Amino acid sequence: MKQKLMGLNGDEAAAYATKQVDPDVVAAYPITPQTIIVERFSEYVADGLVHSEFVPVESEHSALSSCVGAAAAGARAYTATAANGLALMWEMTYITSGLRLPIVMSVANRALSAPLNIHNDHSDSMGARDSGWIQIYCENSQEVYDAHVEAWRIAEHEDVLLPVMICFDGYTISHTMENVMTLPDEDVKGFVGKRKFIKVQGHLGEAELRLDPGCPISMGPVDLQDFYFEHKVHQMDAMEKALKVIPAVDKEYGVLSGRKYGHVNPHRMDDAEVAILGLGSVMGTAREVVNELRAEGIKAGMVKLRTFRPFPTDDLIKAIGDVPALGVVEKDLSFGAAGSPLYEDVRAVFYDAGSKPLIANYAHGLGGRDTSMAMIRGIYEDLLKIKKNGRVEKTMNYVGLRE
Amino acid sequence: MSQITLKDMAAKPDLLCPGARLCAGCDESIIVRMVLKATRGPTIVTNATGCLEVATSIFPYTSWDLPWIHSAFENTAATASGIEAAYKAMRKRGEGPLAKYPQLDVIAFAGDGGTYDIGLQALSGAMERGHDFTYVLLDNEAYMNTGIQRSGGTPFTAATTTSPAGQVIPGKLEWKKPIDDIVIAHAIPFTATINAAWPLDVMKKARKAFEIEGPAFLHAITPCARGWRYPPEKTIAVSRLVVQTCVLPLYECRQEGGDVVYELSAPSLAVAKRPESKKPVEEYLQVQGRFRHLFRPERREDLLKAIQEGVDKRWSILLKKAGL
Repeated sequence: MKQKLMGLNGDEAAAYATKQVDPDVVAAYPITPQTIIVERFSEYVADGLVHSEFVPVESEHSALSSCVGAAAAGARAYTATAANGLALMWEMTYITSGLRLPIVMSVANRALSAPLNIHNDHSDSMGARDSGWIQIYCENSQEVYDAHVEAWRIAEHEDVLLPVMICFDGYTISHTMENVMTLPDEDVKGFVGKRKFIKVQGHLGEAELRLDPGCPISMGPVDLQDFYFEHKVHQMDAMEKALKVIPAVDKEYGVLSGRKYGHVNPHRMDDAEVAILGLGSVMGTAREVVNELRAEGIKAGMVKLRTFRPFPTDDLIKAIGDVPALGVVEKDLSFGAAGSPLYEDVRAVFYDAGSKPLIANYAHGLGGRDTSMAMIRGIYEDLLKIKKNGRVEKTMNYVGLRE
Repeated sequence: MSQITLKDMAAKPDLLCPGARLCAGCDESIIVRMVLKATRGPTIVTNATGCLEVATSIFPYTSWDLPWIHSAFENTAATASGIEAAYKAMRKRGEGPLAKYPQLDVIAFAGDGGTYDIGLQALSGAMERGHDFTYVLLDNEAYMNTGIQRSGGTPFTAATTTSPAGQVIPGKLEWKKPIDDIVIAHAIPFTATINAAWPLDVMKKARKAFEIEGPAFLHAITPCARGWRYPPEKTIAVSRLVVQTCVLPLYECRQEGGDVVYELSAPSLAVAKRPESKKPVEEYLQVQGRFRHLFRPERREDLLKAIQEGVDKRWSILLKKAGL
């Protein structure tokens, strides 16, 4: 099958894949650095290249609310946002997952205010980590494109029925043009197929889980002490099932495109003595550093985490293996917590693991500060010291902070 | 407009079923049932958080015999936008579960809190974008679901739990927000006030709202026995006084060829033709405990006068707009 090489930045890759998917409703509000997505998509609509209804809403809260209405009515619905826009959606993120609506959303990760900053870090999507959305983090525009094709199959899978948030670094990915291999339209359409609906027990008997005038159900009712808990645990079960569905969809996509990712992507971990684990674009830089260090005889490795929610515990423990010292690098802080979100999750899953590495937390890149190869090299040097000393002196380390 | 008769409507089954947990004497269920009687066929309802939502949907029960969704408080118009957009997209593509319906009535129900206050932005956006849906404001003039707190729709001097009538402050000091003027300023094709004391008028206006292309806004005054402090069996009597005193007259407003056309509905037109039949606002105020402090321990002539002048002023402006 013939794929087309295109020059696309991350936002354009998201918009192009979504054009190929041709969802029924796209409701979105402009916010840097996501705006290119809504601009491109508006052009597709204006040129008649999609069937989608574009709803140019008056806020991000309404963007997701519109998508909720559309998806509940049986449509495929898509939106995109970043930073404060995602923060404004906060209420609706929980409502989307609680209503089990398979909406797909792009997040061009950007720092949260205050102070105002339009550049990249992960404070926005990390704030939504408990909202019941599947979160996939992309390293480059190619991954952005691929994730935007795969996401629908994951979200709409009958075992899952959860919204998917595709996260990619603002500017670093959203505005940086890269070569992207794209599938023909018909292959994308064939892959995503048509949206299907599960059967539920409605007040008139068996009904499809949607707003169906032919067989009505009530969605989003009051749900009190007697059932709310069970419904929340259903979401936990769906996340658990998503751990299996994501790789299954990825495998199928791999057959179609020749590209597959898995929950985690280890690089040179087999005999690694020091490794870093992280999300997103910085892992591309880390890979270069690992290769340099290896050439110098240092046994460095790295693990890129692609799926953050659901958290792929088993895959992660396997990928980390018995590396003695692990640095968790992340572009976010959890003020007053024992560590940043990813660090805390990683520490937690290793508590019961047979062998556990010494683990340190490296916060970097906040507000878009560049993380250079030299800085990453510095992290590996620190990890080598930790390995040598057999203990972590300092849990939280700020990389690239002004003295 | 297609014909609506009381006989036909009475024969049509209720789409909001009996057994809901709304209070005795609640006006909301009366209005909602009338509005739903006027639907033409396939209908989807979205409902803001509020009395109506919590009292009709306690899982695993529902009072709604049509597809119904509640998602949040401030976003009813946005949710309706999405439903309408989904329908349009499916029609256009000729594919998807709603594609087979030649028409779909999309209705949004929200209270005064969800309309005057927290939901105004979403409503404004949806009207500006021109979605084909009917927004029904159930205006009981306070946040009744959380226990009678003042809203932008609460009238001047009304006592609520956050605008209590105290030793110094006589209830709410601000006037009711002119929501209909705000809505009409969006130049939507159809805006109307409705009142459960005139069922046929409610159903005719609702049908018109469904038939018109684009956004339609129905402002229902929905007296609340608990919040307004009157006996529950008096709901319709109180509702009727709203019109008889011209506190909220019955009228509709249409955009016709670039003109804004105001038309008084029969009950208010009758008052306009016989001005002596217009009842003093005091008759309306004195049956409600929320205005008790205007009469006891002493008559607040200053406030009663201000309220009457406010009503008269708004009524005369409306008459002018209606060319009367």
